[in-house]
Amino acid sequence: MAVYRRTYTSYSGPLTSAWSRCLVLFRYSRRNLFRSKIQTGLFVLCFFYPLLCLVGIYAVHNLSFLERLGANGQSITIDNKFFFVFINVQGTLAFVLTAFMGPGLISPDIANGALPLYFCRPFSRAEYVLGKASVLAILLSQITWVPGLVLFAVQSSLAGPEWAWQHLWIAGSIILSSLIWIAILSLLAMALSAWVKWRIVAGALLLAVLFFGAGFGQAINGVMRTHAGHFIDIVYLMATVWNSLFRIDSERSMSSTAAWIALLVYCGICLALLVRKVRAYEVIK
Amino acid sequence: MSTAIQSGAAEGTSQRTVAAPQTPVIELQDLSVRFGRREILKGLVCSLRGRAIGLLGPNGAGKSTLINTLLGFYKPSSGSARVLGHDIRTQIRTIRSLVGYMPENDAFISKMSAVSFVQMMAELSGVPEAAALERAHEALFCVGLAEARYRELGTYSLGMKQLAKLAQAIAHGPKLLILDEPTNGLDPSARQRMIRMIREIRDSSQLQIVLCSHLLRDVEDTCDEVLILNKGRIAHYSNLEEERKANKRFLELETCGANGDFTEAIEKLGCECATIGNRLKMILADGVEVRDIYGIAAERDVRIRRLNFRRDTLEDIFLKAMEG
Repeated sequence: MAVYRRTYTSYSGPLTSAWSRCLVLFRYSRRNLFRSKIQTGLFVLCFFYPLLCLVGIYAVHNLSFLERLGANGQSITIDNKFFFVFINVQGTLAFVLTAFMGPGLISPDIANGALPLYFCRPFSRAEYVLGKASVLAILLSQITWVPGLVLFAVQSSLAGPEWAWQHLWIAGSIILSSLIWIAILSLLAMALSAWVKWRIVAGALLLAVLFFGAGFGQAINGVMRTHAGHFIDIVYLMATVWNSLFRIDSERSMSSTAAWIALLVYCGICLALLVRKVRAYEVIK
Repeated sequence: MSTAIQSGAAEGTSQRTVAAPQTPVIELQDLSVRFGRREILKGLVCSLRGRAIGLLGPNGAGKSTLINTLLGFYKPSSGSARVLGHDIRTQIRTIRSLVGYMPENDAFISKMSAVSFVQMMAELSGVPEAAALERAHEALFCVGLAEARYRELGTYSLGMKQLAKLAQAIAHGPKLLILDEPTNGLDPSARQRMIRMIREIRDSSQLQIVLCSHLLRDVEDTCDEVLILNKGRIAHYSNLEEERKANKRFLELETCGANGDFTEAIEKLGCECATIGNRLKMILADGVEVRDIYGIAAERDVRIRRLNFRRDTLEDIFLKAMEG
């Protein structure tokens, strides 16, 4: 390493391709996130339930194993409800993980005025958001639809091709339900951290948006005797979408189409907030 | 050093054109920038080719806005500009790949070590990972942060943060280095170090520098060309090198024992003189050398205590531009 050079020298070596620079941001942000032992521990914790499900699937197809444990083999059924519960549990864990990891992605850059340093390079705002969002998207994918598909594949291999063919739609539901949840969580976390700047406050605000949104929505429904309050309850909207995707029969006061539209509107609002805040310098008109 | 300035939007702008073969560093083509109703930059026209260009002006003159527009952070409301021959409207990515930028305000990532920070910035500019690490170490050595390069940036003093900003600006080997108020908040010794470093980088002849400051001394110490902005217009353009050469015939003398006879003798040589107490200001006539003045003084037993070539300081130029 030529650290003995103490004077300025120009660079004339090769350059990386423009598309690969998003990955630079992904690499550094991911490295920063896993510096925290709590966050690493939390991430590892997210794999316990999929492992439990894996054992459950194995056990259902090995009755002798269940009998040895003294359980009834018919008590567990691997169907759409099984995967619905799996997505619910992993979705909750994804939310907790986002509350810890999400606000740390953009807020330090904004708080320390680092954005001009990113954007004075051949690196656009869209690439910046994409690079930062990819960190959350890949992490959350690793604990939602990826293990979901692994469980589906294991179940298919044990139950046979007929089961797999009949329940192929479940694989699609796992992917789609995870992706919309990941998109909502990532965008919400980044938009809040871009506006609030303080990491801890942004994390608290993310919790507040989901929990107080639910409470506030219920209050509106109760006071005004309407169902419109559900539109500000992201958890309710998400549950409606998941119910319809996994074909779970439950009485919902809102159609799945309306819930889809509402969630997409939330994604749009978060993107608009990011576009407004993620820029080198704020223009005060 | 060849320089050129074609015209300025403001009255009183110098108009000078010197043929220059190389591509201008910055070419402003009737550039205007508007934020809402406020027009910040008003039809700037000029072409700058210096090795180190100083952007001067009082607070709110539009210096930082001009830099931010050249970097594509703000969109021009009319007109355009070219940086190293590339249009800011259509080739901003190319411009950004050629430029290193040191912003005015604090800009760092607190939980990162200086090496990681500079390496990441170099990688974002397109330098491969291994080369970026090497360049990061070199840049930090170059700016004098070698000992502290593994420390987190959040623990750095203000002066060290400024140096780290400079390191990230040069790590990817830019063709043009834009420095926005590089000595902001530095103590005198740190300021000296920063100025020395900028001069070293300038003298390496591998890149050109645009230095934006409201501190005349910083610009005078480092730049050979100065563009003065005032209220969003070009107030004055000056080539400091040429200015220094052009003023070689202005003399300022401090004498002892001089009387009207001494002044008369000098005026007989064709020089213009003005006396203030024991000080004498003069413009040397063609063919008259300093040794002639010493000769006249010796004949009349006048002692010359001090003799200076009087030239307009940047402060004089700046004040004149502000009055204009």
